[in-house]
Amino acid sequence: MGETATTGNKGKGVRSDCFVTLELTGEGGIQLTVESKVAVMYGETIRKEAMEILGFFGVENAIVKIEDSGALSLVLAARLEAAIKKLITTDKAWIPGILEENHIGTTRDRNRFSRLYLPGNSPSLMINAGIHKPDGIILDLEDAVAPDKKDEARFLVRNALCAIDFYGAERMVRINQGERGLEDLEYIIPYNVNLVLLPKCEKPEQLLAVAGHIQRIREKHNRHNPVWLMPIIESALGVINAYPIAACSPDTVAIVIGLEDYTADLGTRRTAEGAESFFARSMVVNAARAAGIQPIDSVFSDVGDMEGLRQNVLRSKALGFDGMGCIHPRQIVAIHETFAPTPEEIEKAKKIVFAFHRAQELGLGVVALGTKMIDPPVVKRALSTINLALKMNKLAENWREQYEQI
Amino acid sequence: MSKYDKLVTNAAGRIVPTVVNGKPAIPYMGVGKYKPEGFRAAPKLTSCADFPADGNKVVAGLKEALVKSGLSDGMTISTHHHFRNGDLVATQIFDIAHEMGIKDLVWYPSASFPCHEPMTKYLEDGTINRIEGSMNGALGRFTSEGRMKGLGVLRSHGGRYQAVQDGEVHIDIAVIAAPTADSFGDANGVNGPAACGPLGFALADSQYADKVIIVTDNLVPFPCLPWQINGNYVDYVVVMDRIGIPEKIVSGTTEITKSPDRLLLAEWSAKFCDEAGLIYDGFSFQAGAGGTALSIGIYFSEILRQRGWKARFARGGSNKYLVKMLEEGLVEYILDGQTFDLDGVRSMRENPHHTWTSPFTSYNYHSKGNFSSMVDIVILGATEVDVNFNANVVTHSDGYLLHGIGGWQNTLFGKCVILPIPLFRDRMPVVRDRVTTICGPGELIDVIVTERGIAINPLRTDLIEKMKNSSLPIKTIEELKAEAEKICGVPAKPKFTDEVVAVVKWVDGTVLDSIWKIAE
Repeated sequence: MGETATTGNKGKGVRSDCFVTLELTGEGGIQLTVESKVAVMYGETIRKEAMEILGFFGVENAIVKIEDSGALSLVLAARLEAAIKKLITTDKAWIPGILEENHIGTTRDRNRFSRLYLPGNSPSLMINAGIHKPDGIILDLEDAVAPDKKDEARFLVRNALCAIDFYGAERMVRINQGERGLEDLEYIIPYNVNLVLLPKCEKPEQLLAVAGHIQRIREKHNRHNPVWLMPIIESALGVINAYPIAACSPDTVAIVIGLEDYTADLGTRRTAEGAESFFARSMVVNAARAAGIQPIDSVFSDVGDMEGLRQNVLRSKALGFDGMGCIHPRQIVAIHETFAPTPEEIEKAKKIVFAFHRAQELGLGVVALGTKMIDPPVVKRALSTINLALKMNKLAENWREQYEQI
Repeated sequence: MSKYDKLVTNAAGRIVPTVVNGKPAIPYMGVGKYKPEGFRAAPKLTSCADFPADGNKVVAGLKEALVKSGLSDGMTISTHHHFRNGDLVATQIFDIAHEMGIKDLVWYPSASFPCHEPMTKYLEDGTINRIEGSMNGALGRFTSEGRMKGLGVLRSHGGRYQAVQDGEVHIDIAVIAAPTADSFGDANGVNGPAACGPLGFALADSQYADKVIIVTDNLVPFPCLPWQINGNYVDYVVVMDRIGIPEKIVSGTTEITKSPDRLLLAEWSAKFCDEAGLIYDGFSFQAGAGGTALSIGIYFSEILRQRGWKARFARGGSNKYLVKMLEEGLVEYILDGQTFDLDGVRSMRENPHHTWTSPFTSYNYHSKGNFSSMVDIVILGATEVDVNFNANVVTHSDGYLLHGIGGWQNTLFGKCVILPIPLFRDRMPVVRDRVTTICGPGELIDVIVTERGIAINPLRTDLIEKMKNSSLPIKTIEELKAEAEKICGVPAKPKFTDEVVAVVKWVDGTVLDSIWKIAE
């Protein structure tokens, strides 16, 4: 018997995935068995694709079994390539066609209210993630993937970056820590990832190592779209170093506090009120503002508690955060709605911005509302509130004309 | 007797037999085109002189009742499905028939469930010739593989009533499992350990069968009130220890979905109804028991609460969510065909605004109108839809028969029929060029809501106009199909033999489509 490798998932509850068993043999050609719940519709397609991929990697003699629960092509290809690469060393890679939509880059200051965590080895959760319209999706190669599945997850994440349409969400990947994290980059940077999350960031050097590696891969693959960085602060040391981390690289667009690990590091527990994390959250907000990037809050882990989530977002917004992670698509709407400017905030901002424009038109150096002078930072915040309201369809584009008539 | 004969192409463009199980059958002619003639069927006359004056019709057991009813080869035996997957009675009938060496029976259930899988052995040994009703799960697979001796016939709930009333199906013996009954045969489903709510699916059986047997595990002294089934129709009463498994009677797909994708479908469906002006003070709706449909009720509730509106009535399948709407005053009446949980049963028992219905009042197409066409919003499921909005609920894209029609066809007559369905299930696209089996003509299906867009039937220019500036992603059905195929690839079609294994009837008794034997 030759060497055998298995990849993927099967069994009860597994959907949109497949389980591949590959045994290299010395002779006898390819013996391929396909068991599929969609055999009638895609059995032939699966066989054809599998043979093509095996041929591409030069596998000539093997016993291959594919147990399929409705895997899309990109998933089948990832599973098969991962199995092959467990047994064969090769530089080749089977890359699915990159969707037109996935060539798009993102901007530094785009909205990042919500970012949805997706386990990097669970295709069924990826395929429809974009329809829930999060600002970003995170394909997670770190904690959401079992240690023995981390290798195969890379292929799936790479293929997902190429071939899944996330409908405009910023496409993020959370890499592993240390050396493995740097290796992860090889699977994502050439394939138009928009943003990389760095877990357990404690020192600027960590971030700079990743940034440097990304730069090298980009040059090698001639990639022009920016790859933004989002360090996650998850320890006492990370909190203390929040500003140097936030400010060390021009590619960093946001900094995140991860409270589960942080509270563990402090030797305490997360509470609903969050007194134990007040310092850390404030540190992160301050570091971000000082560095001119976005402060992003930790996830709220009780998926069933929508009211608790709303309260949490309100606190988060009050502390100065610009966004928050989510672990379930149903959290997205609540997060967007709560981070969005309230009608009162919009009304106030309209008055200020209107006065600001009037002052400019009249060539006045000072903005005044009635008898009260308005400071430039207040104007700036009002402008950003208005922009946000416009972006979220909470304000009509021609609001000023309407306002003028009142 | 040949299973079927004389194939023709009907008005839906489908090849169907015009002889079904030896009897002539009319090919589908279009919606509302076929007009029946003649008179309703009638059961034999009987005399009170032949029944006990003290009203006591209890006999020793089911076997005795069947023997006294003259059980013999070739008879049609009917059962109802109010016990869903907790039914302990239907299989016993055929155990007895098998033991007596009876052959070629026709089983005429109002629906079948996984608990009826043992019937396959009786289909194999010839005790049962065929099923006319629904063939779910294992029974559907059995049918698709061409193993059923006779030709299967699939009917809607309304079509089942119509077939009996029109004399197309003559029930020799009706066995009606009843959660509570008296010795005269009056019966209801709202009381007793196997309480299931209404007994409407057994109404035609009680009215038209030659012999009617009531089977109960909760015999009460006369009178059994309410009497959903009248003892005046009943020949024999059988008492058993247990007729159903309560937790399987009142369970099933009755929890609100937790799937974010399905919740999105529900949310968009409700939003569509609102933006299209379909929701108003005094509107009516029907939502099935599936998780998605249930969740739509939650969104409707929010809208009604905000505006201080009420629905005049809602059609059940009822469950705790609909009952909550009734009790909160968001719905004035529930007209209930079947009850999916104990809250539904309790409400039907105690609340005069929660009333039972039968396929006669709700669905029978050969009557002087029925209320399915009065419902404003109807939310349904489907296994497939095609670019002409035709929909399938009985077979899957792999060609296998797996579900019954239920009330699905009948409810298509509602004013706006909306199908919230995923664009693909695992890799199976739901929007096809042509549905594997047509169960509902596209002209009756108005809106398809998928997670990647909403398609409005081009015939509904009014809805298209209303949704012109909608925030919802309105697309054409062709766009949805292309999107599914871009993600999943173009699916191959199932391979069939040229043998028909079952037919799908339309609500008027005409033959809408054929189900073909799967090729090996």
